[in-house]
Amino acid sequence: MSKPQGFEKPVGVRDYLPRATRRLRRIERSVLDCMARWGYDPIKTPTMEYYDTVGLASSTPDRKLYKLLNNRGQTLVLRSEMTAPIARVASSLLREESLPLRLSYHANVFRAIEEEAGREAEFFQTGVELVGDRSPEADAEVIALAIASLQAAGVKTFKFAMGHVGFLNGLFDEALPNRTEDQQALKERLLRRDYVGFREKAESLGLGSEQQQELEGLLRLRGGVEICSQAAGLSSHELALESLDHLRKVWEALSDYGVSQHVLIDLTMIGDFSYYTGMVFEGYAAELGFPVCSGGRYDNLLKQFGRDVPSTGFALKTTRILDGVDDPEGEEERPVLIVYESNRRAEALAEAARIRDGGGAAVTRLAESGNGEDVSESGRYSRVVSFVEANTPAK
Amino acid sequence: MGEVLKVAMPKGRIYKKAAELFRAAGIVIPDDVDDSRRLVIPIPEANMEFIMAKPVDVPTYVEYGVADIGIVGKDVLLEENRDVYELLDLGIARCRMSVIALPDRQPGIHLRVATKYPNVATRYFREQGEQVEVIKLNGSIELAPLIGLADRIVDMVETGQTLKDNGLVELESIFGITSRLIANRVSYRMKNDAIQQLCDKLEKVMPGAVKS
Repeated sequence: MSKPQGFEKPVGVRDYLPRATRRLRRIERSVLDCMARWGYDPIKTPTMEYYDTVGLASSTPDRKLYKLLNNRGQTLVLRSEMTAPIARVASSLLREESLPLRLSYHANVFRAIEEEAGREAEFFQTGVELVGDRSPEADAEVIALAIASLQAAGVKTFKFAMGHVGFLNGLFDEALPNRTEDQQALKERLLRRDYVGFREKAESLGLGSEQQQELEGLLRLRGGVEICSQAAGLSSHELALESLDHLRKVWEALSDYGVSQHVLIDLTMIGDFSYYTGMVFEGYAAELGFPVCSGGRYDNLLKQFGRDVPSTGFALKTTRILDGVDDPEGEEERPVLIVYESNRRAEALAEAARIRDGGGAAVTRLAESGNGEDVSESGRYSRVVSFVEANTPAK
Repeated sequence: MGEVLKVAMPKGRIYKKAAELFRAAGIVIPDDVDDSRRLVIPIPEANMEFIMAKPVDVPTYVEYGVADIGIVGKDVLLEENRDVYELLDLGIARCRMSVIALPDRQPGIHLRVATKYPNVATRYFREQGEQVEVIKLNGSIELAPLIGLADRIVDMVETGQTLKDNGLVELESIFGITSRLIANRVSYRMKNDAIQQLCDKLEKVMPGAVKS
């Protein structure tokens, strides 16, 4: 590798210039405000964590974790998402707090090997965790809040898809009892979104034609709440039926939130099955080629930190929203420029203080002799006020 | 009519067969589209827009969402490893990925493999428990063993005629190849009805699918 040139930075990281930073802060503020209105308190955790705790517990594959060594030879990771760090905090510092806990965050997270455009090594996520509630109400609350958060971020046209890991576990367990490897193979194909491979695998399992059709029928199970009753016909496995019942209750609650028209049930949605344990969901915006939100229930995570409580949550991919969504508020107000001569500085600074106290922005500048009047610099300032010679300040 | 469906079509060999299949499925594609040199071709009759792409780039366009769906060979999908939905095996443009060599060639200490598909080749030999040196070429792969650049090649074989003409033999077939219908993760949700309808129409006319 050649030595980097002065203007270069590592692949996958970005500078945010003032315009982008203002927009990012606006999104951050409106989304966190929205979450606060639902009773979620913001939390910050460190950028670095131990590999052996948060690193291993995280849903991020090992090869995508940034690892470093500290001066004691311990392996650290740059946080790859916020769910595992929050699980650590909820199981330790917040251990005595009564449940449920409602926590929100906005943070930069890091992923290695994502080197193409649109796959940043560092990006922002804004999300919530609802800890200590295993009810369908809790799952519906996080989906409804995800929808409200997307709207707060300025996304207008969007859709959510929701599935349930338990349904698939039950269905596959019934069709292929004690054939863990085959079950795993089917799940992996769904996870890779390889429907062709799923059908081929299903055909190769030596099942009866009816069972095989049931498995392949799974690929068509998308739609509204009616999907839950259709799917109930595919399986009599207890876990599968419980899961469908859970999904139906989530849907009914979403319908009472008045947002079920944005939600599609897709029973092939699986999420990372080593991590999610129940309902999983994803959000999509019309303007963007990649999902802008993902979430679900992960009831086994906190146990790894010594507190066995259920949990559900989501993260918005804030950087993607920033890239793809039009600025809802348009231009920020530009500052007033105040130009003064040295003998009138006190007057000028008092005027600047008055503007700033009123919530406006002011820039002050000592007039250079000869060009005191010529400071329009069109575009940068909303107006110019001058305290020069005997002029009364122009308002 | 819903929104226009943006379709990444592979230029060349596969396009002809895909267009044939689309027409058989009752999707109206005017004849002049086939010989058009335009890169983006609106097809209002079908409520579609064709994006004419180099086949190997089709999954990239679909992954980034500049195309909603695309048609691409399984060979490209396995090589590129993009995050897209693989919805249908269209059963067209059938061929296979194979390991090919000169019949009498004894490999040196380090097995050298020339290919257009370095990821596929590396993965295959790794599964066989062999670590090989892969040389990436962009065309006329058959040359490599003939002129001593590599001991083996990994390439697509359709009829096997080129191999025969050059005195090469197929040692092993790695997997069967057909063209697939793929979809972007977001389009698959946002334009689900249009995509599902297209799938239903195509499924009725597709030739039987192969096993990979």
